[in-house]
Amino acid sequence: MIPTLQLFLVVSVTLFSIGLLAALSRRHAIFILIGIELMLAAASLNFIAFWRFGPQPRPPTGVMIAIFSIAIAAAEAVVGLAMVIAVYRHYRTTNVDQFDRLKG
Amino acid sequence: MTRAIVTNLWLIPAAPLAASLIILSLANSRRSAGAVLAIIGQVVALTLSILAFSLTLQPPGFRAVHNFTWFMFGEQGLRIGWVLDPLAAAMLMMIALVGLCIFIFSIGYMADDKNFTRFFAYLSFFSGAMLGVVIANSLLLLFVCWELVGLASYLLIGFWIEKPSAAAAAKKAFITTRIGDMGFFLGILWLYDRSGTLLFYDDGRGCLENAGLIALGASATFVALLIFCGAVGKSGQFPLHVWLPDAMEGPTPVSALIHAATMVAAGVFLVARVYPLFSLGAINGVTPSLSVVVSIGVITALMASLIAIGQFDIKRILAYSTVSQLGLMMVSLGVGGVAAGMMHLIAHGFFKALLFLGAGSVIHGCDQEHDIRKMGGLRRLMPITFLTYAVGMMALSGMPLFFSGGWTKEEILHATAHWPASRLPYYLMLAGIVLTALYMTRQMIYIFSGNRRAASEHAHESAPVMTMPLIVLASCAIVLSVILTPAWPWLHGYLTGESARFDIAVLIQPTLFVSLALVAAGIALGFAIYRKAAETDPLEDAQPALFRFFENKMWLDELYDRTVIAFTQMAARMSDWTDRNVWDGLVRAFGGMGQIFGSFTTNFDERGINAGVDEATTGTRGIGRVMSAWHSGQIQIYLRAVGVSVLLLLVLYAWLT
Amino acid sequence: MNSAAFVVIAILTLAASLAAASLPKLIHAALSFAVAFIGIAAFFFLLGAEFVGLVQVFVYVGAVAVLIVFTILLTRRDVQDTGKLNWGGAIIAIAVFGGLLWAILKTSALSIAAPQIEALTVKRIGGVLMTDYVWPLQCVGLLLTAALIGALILVMEDRNEG
Repeated sequence: MIPTLQLFLVVSVTLFSIGLLAALSRRHAIFILIGIELMLAAASLNFIAFWRFGPQPRPPTGVMIAIFSIAIAAAEAVVGLAMVIAVYRHYRTTNVDQFDRLKG
Repeated sequence: MTRAIVTNLWLIPAAPLAASLIILSLANSRRSAGAVLAIIGQVVALTLSILAFSLTLQPPGFRAVHNFTWFMFGEQGLRIGWVLDPLAAAMLMMIALVGLCIFIFSIGYMADDKNFTRFFAYLSFFSGAMLGVVIANSLLLLFVCWELVGLASYLLIGFWIEKPSAAAAAKKAFITTRIGDMGFFLGILWLYDRSGTLLFYDDGRGCLENAGLIALGASATFVALLIFCGAVGKSGQFPLHVWLPDAMEGPTPVSALIHAATMVAAGVFLVARVYPLFSLGAINGVTPSLSVVVSIGVITALMASLIAIGQFDIKRILAYSTVSQLGLMMVSLGVGGVAAGMMHLIAHGFFKALLFLGAGSVIHGCDQEHDIRKMGGLRRLMPITFLTYAVGMMALSGMPLFFSGGWTKEEILHATAHWPASRLPYYLMLAGIVLTALYMTRQMIYIFSGNRRAASEHAHESAPVMTMPLIVLASCAIVLSVILTPAWPWLHGYLTGESARFDIAVLIQPTLFVSLALVAAGIALGFAIYRKAAETDPLEDAQPALFRFFENKMWLDELYDRTVIAFTQMAARMSDWTDRNVWDGLVRAFGGMGQIFGSFTTNFDERGINAGVDEATTGTRGIGRVMSAWHSGQIQIYLRAVGVSVLLLLVLYAWLT
Repeated sequence: MNSAAFVVIAILTLAASLAAASLPKLIHAALSFAVAFIGIAAFFFLLGAEFVGLVQVFVYVGAVAVLIVFTILLTRRDVQDTGKLNWGGAIIAIAVFGGLLWAILKTSALSIAAPQIEALTVKRIGGVLMTDYVWPLQCVGLLLTAALIGALILVMEDRNEG
């Protein structure tokens, strides 16, 4: 079995779904952040895989986008975790079920 | 040399914009640094403008452009650029010079304000955005700067944001002009669809050059009218003029900047810039779009002059005079007198800035009093302000020979008189001239002559930092009358690209005597009516109903309240109702579906997994929590909605393949 | 491309990420998260993007995972009640997984083997970053600065309120 593009995509879609699972079903804000990071990583994996399997030679666009997405995901994680801490100070909880001040 | 200047034309707007950014990053306490930076930015812009202006002087009809590709999408590129031609250069000079005077005046006027630094940042931003409008060689770039001007005006009109009326006025200015900009944007899209370019001049391929105009064909009328919508909003033309008088809530230097050099000038400039679109396919100089411009201009000019007679707020009178003068410029553009209209715009920029700054000086001296009925007798207390204000008043009234406004107004009359479509605008313009002289005389008498009244008890002349700009602007208003004299139509030729000849005979024209007589009549009438100016207005005593009509701005604000705003509110209420009843019902139905689904999983839990009662309760409770979560407005619900949308997309994909 | 390596890395990554998403204790989840990202970095190595793999390890395992652990420590009073899954979300996630998997497996054009490529050197990445991507690079720098300052402001103790 030679790893084909399809197999990489299957791995990345599994990774993505696991991230989605964490983001959608966990109560703790940090889990939601972990889930989002997993989804972003799955997207980066896709970019790199498409770059690797695409017709060659080509400019390393996929690699560049992966690098930028890592940088942006890091920024997102920093701000997200800072918000978790700020919200925790305020509400004394990190359980997102209880953040419902925007309730309609 | 020429190439280098044109390529780097962007430096002119960039200098004030950069100054603005630097000032914004300063601490609020660095007051002198803020003012100095703003003035440096403006001086740089002025120096570069003079340099650019000197370039355009040499050959008649000079025009240089610098275009480049902004970005590509697919095969198509979006190109922008800047243009240097007499129209742009003259505007650059006017904006930079008038702006500089206003900046210096602001140092004195805003001296006690706690947000002094921020004020200068906004002023620089305003000036930079307007300079950008002037040099733009692409409708897109122009639109971007145009919106920046709108943003700056919003920030400045609402500068005293703690006053509710200022906040409301800022919002009104922003939203009212936005209505016009909507049309403008549609016009841009239509133009791009037809001609495939948004550049004005591009070596024969621009949308204002032959190829572009041919591609436009019959749709040019609609495009021109849509673009005119934007000009109507920005230049305060009927029916979107309502924001302009309210904009008086801002600090007086802002009013001066809005009314003289930047905001309102943008609309007139825009029409002049895209004039080929308006005049395309003209028969004898008349096109449908130009006729619309003339009608709007005439209505605006007359209406605003009438309203001005019934106002008591010193700045509001000037605001309505601006509206009426802008109407005059529009008429001039509409009848084909582009050069006359632009000359009047430039002359108006100087004397209206002078009048507003003079009003600012008066207000400053009278402890922020705006009501002219409470002033009076300021002639001796504020001699410099009085003299310079008188120069501005004469220029605005259009007194010929020595004051700049007179010559340009006469040129406009001349152009209007020869409009082949109708003589009506000409006669209405004549009436407007009498009215202008009348309300300016009224204002002068109320403020400067007669006895001192409540607010003028402790009045005093302003500091030199405020009177110096007044003197500079007043001398400009007089010196310009030499430059603008029709005997040597240098500026006219400069703007139209024809060569000028000295000819003293041109001075002696019937319109000269007509306008001279009318201005004199207006001033005499003003003296006759308001000689004994007191706490009440003589006209109010004579014709109370009519006066109320003018004082209340012809009830146009109320009309809009009853119609447009009431309609919007009704629409809002209707959507609210739909939200509550229709969408909420759908959400409930969705929740019900979830419940059915939930009971299904509960059954599955009980039978399939054969769980104990305890587990079933937790399961039910979990499902209950899921269901209640649908209504809770939590982030995970939104995330879940995204997930469901992905699913729907997948279903669509499966269905299509 | 080595298929044995692929299988091993895939199993490691997916198992670790599943653990990160579902373990009841936060601290265990954070550690699995680090392992999962090492796995993803290994995928990048396998695909010939070694530089990205290294960046991934530095940024995620070195920085983000540590940050998460710190956050857990700072909000530790709360670690207990995280066990329960929210089934509505889980069902949606599984459905999305099924749908995407079906779409991928059905597209036969995707079952291609990797072509030969010349190695992507760090020098080339640096060159591209400094030429074609110089504006995005500057923007990302600005973004990171803004995120840094914003995060500091968010977590700063508000002394006025005491």
